[in-house]
Amino acid sequence: MKALCYNGVGDLRTERVPDPTILNPKDAIIRVIYSSVCGSDLHLLNGYIPAMREGDIIGHEFMGEVIEIGSDVKKLKRGDKVIVGSIIACGECQYCQNQTHSLCDNTNPHAWMLEKAFGDTAAGIFGYSHLFGGYAGSHADFIRVPFADQGAFLVPEGIPDESAVFASDAVPTGFMAADMADIVPGDVVAVWGCGGVGQMAMQTAWLKGASRVIAIDREPNRLQAARQHSKAETLDFSKVDIQEALREMTGGRGPDRCIDCVGMEAVSNGFAYYYDKAKQYVRLENDRPIVLRDAIMACRKGGTVSIVGVYSGFVDSIPMGAAMNKALTFKMGQQHSQKYIPILLEHMQKGELDPSFLFTHKMSLDDGMKGYDLFNKKETMRVVFAPGGAA
Amino acid sequence: MANEKEPVSRVLGIGQIEPEVSGSSRINVGQTERILSAAGGSLLLAYGLRKGTLGGLLLAVAGGSLIYRGASGYCPLNNAIGRNTAEPGEVTGSIEIARSLTINKPRAEVYAYWRQLENLPRFMFHLKEVKQYDPKHSHWVAQVADGKLAKALGTVEWDAQIVEEVENERLVWKSVEGASVDNAGEVRFIDAPGNQGTEVHATIQYRPPAGGLGSAVMKLFNPAFKEMIKQDLRRFKQLMETGEIATIEGQSSGRKAEPDTSGQPSSPNAPTDEKHESLML
Repeated sequence: MKALCYNGVGDLRTERVPDPTILNPKDAIIRVIYSSVCGSDLHLLNGYIPAMREGDIIGHEFMGEVIEIGSDVKKLKRGDKVIVGSIIACGECQYCQNQTHSLCDNTNPHAWMLEKAFGDTAAGIFGYSHLFGGYAGSHADFIRVPFADQGAFLVPEGIPDESAVFASDAVPTGFMAADMADIVPGDVVAVWGCGGVGQMAMQTAWLKGASRVIAIDREPNRLQAARQHSKAETLDFSKVDIQEALREMTGGRGPDRCIDCVGMEAVSNGFAYYYDKAKQYVRLENDRPIVLRDAIMACRKGGTVSIVGVYSGFVDSIPMGAAMNKALTFKMGQQHSQKYIPILLEHMQKGELDPSFLFTHKMSLDDGMKGYDLFNKKETMRVVFAPGGAA
Repeated sequence: MANEKEPVSRVLGIGQIEPEVSGSSRINVGQTERILSAAGGSLLLAYGLRKGTLGGLLLAVAGGSLIYRGASGYCPLNNAIGRNTAEPGEVTGSIEIARSLTINKPRAEVYAYWRQLENLPRFMFHLKEVKQYDPKHSHWVAQVADGKLAKALGTVEWDAQIVEEVENERLVWKSVEGASVDNAGEVRFIDAPGNQGTEVHATIQYRPPAGGLGSAVMKLFNPAFKEMIKQDLRRFKQLMETGEIATIEGQSSGRKAEPDTSGQPSSPNAPTDEKHESLML
């Protein structure tokens, strides 16, 4: 089959690789219909997440058709059209049973790596480095899906494939960001990052009863999308002082809930960006926590900072004094696919969540590198690969 | 020694279980004889290697075994003929490994699976086989290393006996006289608080086989052994909770020569690959 393989920082190649096979009884093989790029892939491509190996197939946000099932797969059958969550979870461990599937104990064959890096393991993730299990990703004609009964969900009636694909990762991640933020009716919610995840966090914030949603980015097309599709007021951080603007817009209080949908590769126009970039360059710091600092400073006293933008290692100059003395609540994590996908599919069916506008570019796997270049320049919402040339 | 941390078993309130002293962990060569052996051995080795002939090579081999005798304080010949020139009571110190994990299954179920010792190689990949002779006695075969090194070094075998058993609670074993690696251990099964299943606490003591030098070498490897025991427990947990062991071995990738594409699930070769990857971190 064809697959898009990592070959080094900034180097993706479409290669011929062997077709996947069932390796464990709870595996299924899926023919990929759509597989989307994701902002977190850029962390891999730009070399900020270690433990990528040459030849690794990337991609983790996908939907497709079941073509083969293992002997212990009970719910799925051949021919089912499914959305597969990016997180691989067993459904049996204490964490899965508490609906915190991205903390699954049992799906990371390289558990020892994360035990060293983070003190404990976390769930495996498709195509997301050997730290998260080294599983082959979805930018391929076919993919092996472990614990398929847990992670694959039938595409419901009325949801087109072009929308369904985002129920794999962008929608549940944004949904969880807003869910974790403890939004109560009337809250003002600020969302940093207007990519796919940020847009879904904004739409979910409305569902949770927010009175205002303020979106922060600097890409004109994404700010435009936030206004048009996610009904947000927007702030361009390259043009205004975010701290001042947020404070003045909220009568001096600050937003009640601040959501970081950017993570470790944040940019700013100020000194902080160069400070962090330089430290990353000489490996003194893994992550650029510019948004996190901003969110903590802006958040109203007693408010919540919810983090779904990915961080992988160490950060510094976090205003902990502000966080402590303003009594902020921090909530964070990789999304719990298996918990959120069934819930958000209902919202999508009712039209309360609509990610269809994220699908801006369709490409073949052969254009993999081109697609990521386009995405990296933020000139698109999402590039989606259609391995079989889906119509 | 002063700044060494105390064994975890003490924190857990598990008494240290000292392995039997037998086989190669017994020092049976006296101090003077050890120095002479090592010095003489070095001379033979150097001379033999310089000659470069077959005879020279044999001398070098003989020199090597004398060096081992000197360094380890253990002489197989002495052992065989019952000769012991060492001060009584000289033994190599034992090394402890303690690792725990919580398994989301009832204690009786977890215990029963472990107690069936033949099950252990299913998740302890360094074990090739465990055979139970009777309820108390068993035979163990372990692979010393992975890959090519394994072929050269072969396997280590020993007999073990269960010295204490409380059903669904604990299991204590010791290797019996003459084991190639003297070892002992205890596994405890405790209800985890808040209905989180069963805590499994494994403590293993072993005596490095080659005296002072061996002890130093083994200490270097000890972190790897600790890691191995932890990953054994993790696979045990995966098997108990999900019925399978997570693997990527045999999956597709763009790498040209995958070590194993047989599609064999979770074969003992998997950890080899993982070890190589550890260099990347």
